[in-house]
Amino acid sequence: MTTTTSPPAADRAAGTGRPTRPAARRPRRSLLPYLLLAPAVVLELAIHVVPMLVGAWMSLLELTQFHIRDWSGAPFVGLDNYRVVFDLDSAAGAELLRSFRVTVVYTVLSVGLSWVLGTTAAVLLQRPFRGRAVLRALFLTPYALPVYTAVITWTFLFQRDTGLVNHVLVDQLGLVDEPPFWLIGDNSFVALLIVSIWRTWPFAFLCVMAGLQNIPDELYEAAAMDGAGFWRRLRSVTLPMLRPVNLVLLLVLFLWTFNDFNTPYVLFGGSAPAEADLISLHIYRSSFQTWDFGTGSAMSVVLLLFLLLVTAGYLLLTNRRRNDA
Amino acid sequence: MRETAAERLSRRVVLTLLAGFVLVPLYVMVSSALKPLQDVQGAFTWWPRRPTGQAFVDMWSTVPLGRYLLNSLLVASVAAIFSVSVAIFAAYAVSRYRFRGRQVFSVTVLSTQMFPGILFLLPLFLIYVNLGNATGIALYASRTGLIITYLTFSLPFSIWMLVGYFDSIPRGLDEAAQVDGAGPLRTLFQVVLPAAVPGVVAVTVYAFMTAWGEVLFASVLTNEDSRTLAVGLQGYSTQFNVYWNQVMAASLVVSVPVVAGFLALQRYFVAGLTAGAVK
Repeated sequence: MTTTTSPPAADRAAGTGRPTRPAARRPRRSLLPYLLLAPAVVLELAIHVVPMLVGAWMSLLELTQFHIRDWSGAPFVGLDNYRVVFDLDSAAGAELLRSFRVTVVYTVLSVGLSWVLGTTAAVLLQRPFRGRAVLRALFLTPYALPVYTAVITWTFLFQRDTGLVNHVLVDQLGLVDEPPFWLIGDNSFVALLIVSIWRTWPFAFLCVMAGLQNIPDELYEAAAMDGAGFWRRLRSVTLPMLRPVNLVLLLVLFLWTFNDFNTPYVLFGGSAPAEADLISLHIYRSSFQTWDFGTGSAMSVVLLLFLLLVTAGYLLLTNRRRNDA
Repeated sequence: MRETAAERLSRRVVLTLLAGFVLVPLYVMVSSALKPLQDVQGAFTWWPRRPTGQAFVDMWSTVPLGRYLLNSLLVASVAAIFSVSVAIFAAYAVSRYRFRGRQVFSVTVLSTQMFPGILFLLPLFLIYVNLGNATGIALYASRTGLIITYLTFSLPFSIWMLVGYFDSIPRGLDEAAQVDGAGPLRTLFQVVLPAAVPGVVAVTVYAFMTAWGEVLFASVLTNEDSRTLAVGLQGYSTQFNVYWNQVMAASLVVSVPVVAGFLALQRYFVAGLTAGAVK
């Protein structure tokens, strides 16, 4: 076995230039890579890792307004803050659970629809036609726009008496008689979702577009020669080839959307109605309104654990399927 | 592989709908900026009946927009320059060296990108406030604090994208330079970086955009003096009045430069994403 495979193996090694690998690729005991990494590591530690550890510690303290200025004096209360968070009979616990539910539905719908729109647009722009470059630039614009200008514009569109949405619905299409409120009540969730999709799908479009460039034309030509139509090519060539991109893309979109703070914060001007109270904004408001940072930190830690759990499950699931294939 | 008539028709219909969805808010931003205040406070009209540039004049005095703009410019540019510099060194190490901890570094850095901002907002706020009280180093309510915070936000993605770019540069070039006696740093500056200019520019724009658009930390870590556009633009809605035409005018002014920069460099982003995804 070894004797029969050795000549091609030798060829492969020569082909990739392994015998002449530059010295830099050989592992050697050098301080240099660590020195090059040092600034990045220090910054990540200082701004992300240390505050996270401090946050975990804060969740064990009674860190109310009396102790904010000098929080070394805050009493240690163990898991009391977590008890409040998980106590569904208390107002804080019930509100957190409601906010969590809203966030889950919001994330599933926003990520799903954004992915569908992004993939559709990328596939339809795959082959050259007149105006393609213009459309591509247009589709990427919502992603490039600063969040707050985009969302503030939507706030204007959703105004009850002066906004475009009600003007079209009531005056131009006549679909409803009374102009509905969009930024309070049940509709606020729909409004939030629309804005979120408007801002998110261009990123899915960008990633899928990049992924499509790695699919060789020959695959499509072979499929077309076998008589495969548009849907068949999409199902048998495009989507399987996009799988690696989609795996990462969906995870990133999930995490970003679940943690979304900016969209509801700007859309509703600081405090969202209960129907659209996403979890990040909820923690933010309950922390800074009551100045109870202990409970806020406990909520953040629970949120992080939940996200880690989902991410780990997702990675395990997708890895196992890849190994089966 | 010719398109059938039905396929062409449905492609046009779908693309037109998508374009409409994207365009409507952009159109409203532009057209409302050109309306006088009474017209944006009354019933909505598609077309500005009495177009005027007055909002672009008034917006500077309704809120201190000039100061916000200057703060945002300072914070975003300095954060972008530092972020990219730090990312270049880190990406060079990851791309050109095999060392213990390389994998751990890559995974850890990328995963911090995924953590909820709220998780380290509260502790960071307290750390900045207490550090200021204890040592007099003003990070809370200062542009410096904001710069340091923002530069870590764009760092993970910048490193990841630059590693992809550096990997695509043939190592033969490094070797040639090393044969000529260049050390690692000279190789980086004279060989690798010049070949990766598009990637570096794209990453700089990304880092700038990240800082330019950040809302959550800006809303907590700034005061009136250090306020950036992200928070400052909310000043147009007062208790009594919302100056929608000025909000739209200001939004337009602060959006156009970043959108133009991004669109001009979009193909380098696509190339960077492709290079990163291939690994």
